[in-house]
Amino acid sequence: MAFFDSIGRNAIGGLAYVGGLARLSGRAAYYTLIGPFRGKALRWSRAFHQAMAVGVEALPILSTITFFVGLILALQGAYELRKFGALQYVAGGVAVSMTRELGPLMTAIVVIGRSGSAFAAEIGTMKVTEEIDALTTMALNPIQFLVTPKFLAMIVMLPCLTTWADFMGVMGGAVFGVTGASFTFGGYVQATLDALLKRDIITGLIKAVMFGAVITAVGCYEGFETGGGAEEVGRSTTSAVVMSIFMVIIVDLIFTSLFYLLGR
Amino acid sequence: MSTPDTEKTLSVRDLRVRYGEREILHGISFDVPRGETLVILGGSGSGKSTLLRTLVGLQPATSGEVWIRGQDIAKLSEEDLDETRKKIGLSFQGGALFGSMTVGENVCLPLREHTQLEESTIQIIMRLKLEQVGLAGFENYMPSQLSGGMKKRAAVARAMAMDPEILFFDEPSAGLDPIIAAGIDNLILKLKKAFRMTIIVVTHELASAFLIADSMLLINKGDIVAHGSREEMEKSTHPRVRQFLDRVPEPEVAEEMDYLQMLTGEAPPRAL
Repeated sequence: MAFFDSIGRNAIGGLAYVGGLARLSGRAAYYTLIGPFRGKALRWSRAFHQAMAVGVEALPILSTITFFVGLILALQGAYELRKFGALQYVAGGVAVSMTRELGPLMTAIVVIGRSGSAFAAEIGTMKVTEEIDALTTMALNPIQFLVTPKFLAMIVMLPCLTTWADFMGVMGGAVFGVTGASFTFGGYVQATLDALLKRDIITGLIKAVMFGAVITAVGCYEGFETGGGAEEVGRSTTSAVVMSIFMVIIVDLIFTSLFYLLGR
Repeated sequence: MSTPDTEKTLSVRDLRVRYGEREILHGISFDVPRGETLVILGGSGSGKSTLLRTLVGLQPATSGEVWIRGQDIAKLSEEDLDETRKKIGLSFQGGALFGSMTVGENVCLPLREHTQLEESTIQIIMRLKLEQVGLAGFENYMPSQLSGGMKKRAAVARAMAMDPEILFFDEPSAGLDPIIAAGIDNLILKLKKAFRMTIIVVTHELASAFLIADSMLLINKGDIVAHGSREEMEKSTHPRVRQFLDRVPEPEVAEEMDYLQMLTGEAPPRAL
């Protein structure tokens, strides 16, 4: 009985968690999309600062990682394609896997590590030091004040970063194409462009927007759920990272299946 | 005393607050006339912090009413509650200054968010408020660069930014040395004299309470034990009031059987 009891408990806990995320995202979306038309001003300058922190400052590490991922993809692809003497398909393989899957996913992982954890730490610390309560008593809604700028920054910056990640991945692949597969650089780029369809890029960017929303929701939710004490902030930060990766993979699975079924 | 300015600024009626199964406040009622300073006294776990959180709308009441400026805050919409919140200020125990902003920006924040004032006017108000709490010239410091007492003063300046009608203090002297704590008491007295503000202070510091209070409220385990003027409290013969004022510790568990039960965690054996 204890076994079924724990299954039930975990299922209810999981549903409550997703419910909490949905409620937070719903309210953040309200303040981002509907609030401005009801006299609740958007905090552009805060959103801009967040966008700098989330997006621009992530560029060096994201560029390096996705460049290598592109190179790894090319090497792994070539390992199999070599058997068929089909090395010219490496360019297309890298391009499609980067834009449809690994571009958005690697971007999400980097952003989770840099920003998702930072959101949880920031809001968690503010919770512990009563700053969240201070906002409330000053008639400033904590979700509108703290979450909305992050939400806005993330859903704008994730597709931008993903586009850049796609490009860097292709560049990584080109290194192998030029040195190991008798492509010229121009030829590799041309082969990439020939292989890519518009929908490959668009489906990747749709995923990126969804990942941005999920990472913000999980990071901020974990922050708001922080109990008392500094060690709780550490726990929230860790669990924000683990839960974000998990949720991103789930959302990725859902959207990839959806695109597959729709033939996109 | 029947002048219009003794009308009630804050009224609490049969307030009950429950966390899950546990009831923290068991039906509390009191009034605070305008311009008066009420000190809410109580030991740790007496429910005084919960009471404060409920008064400012951070903790919803399970039942009962909290009237602020003639409005029952439980019945207000989120927007109207925010309007009421702009008329009250709360100085948090640890200050709760926003760590990512300078002291000046902390004080300016409510003005920037809630008023249409010119930036230059906001700057003047900010300097004025900092000067009133004795922090003139500290506007460009980060909260982390301030000492505990200065943080509390800065928090008071921020709480006063919108010229509130009611100012709440949560444990104003907790964690401060006696000299700094006396400074905070003086600040409260000064605010009371200069602005005729209604002030509500939650504390367990007796010396400070007797210095600043017009009336006092002692709560214990979620009930009001005594409510009266400073003099009435001093003369009170109520055992709980005397225990608190005379700093008598709780008697230790006396019953041998209870003690045995506490140690073993078992029900005591019935008489043989």
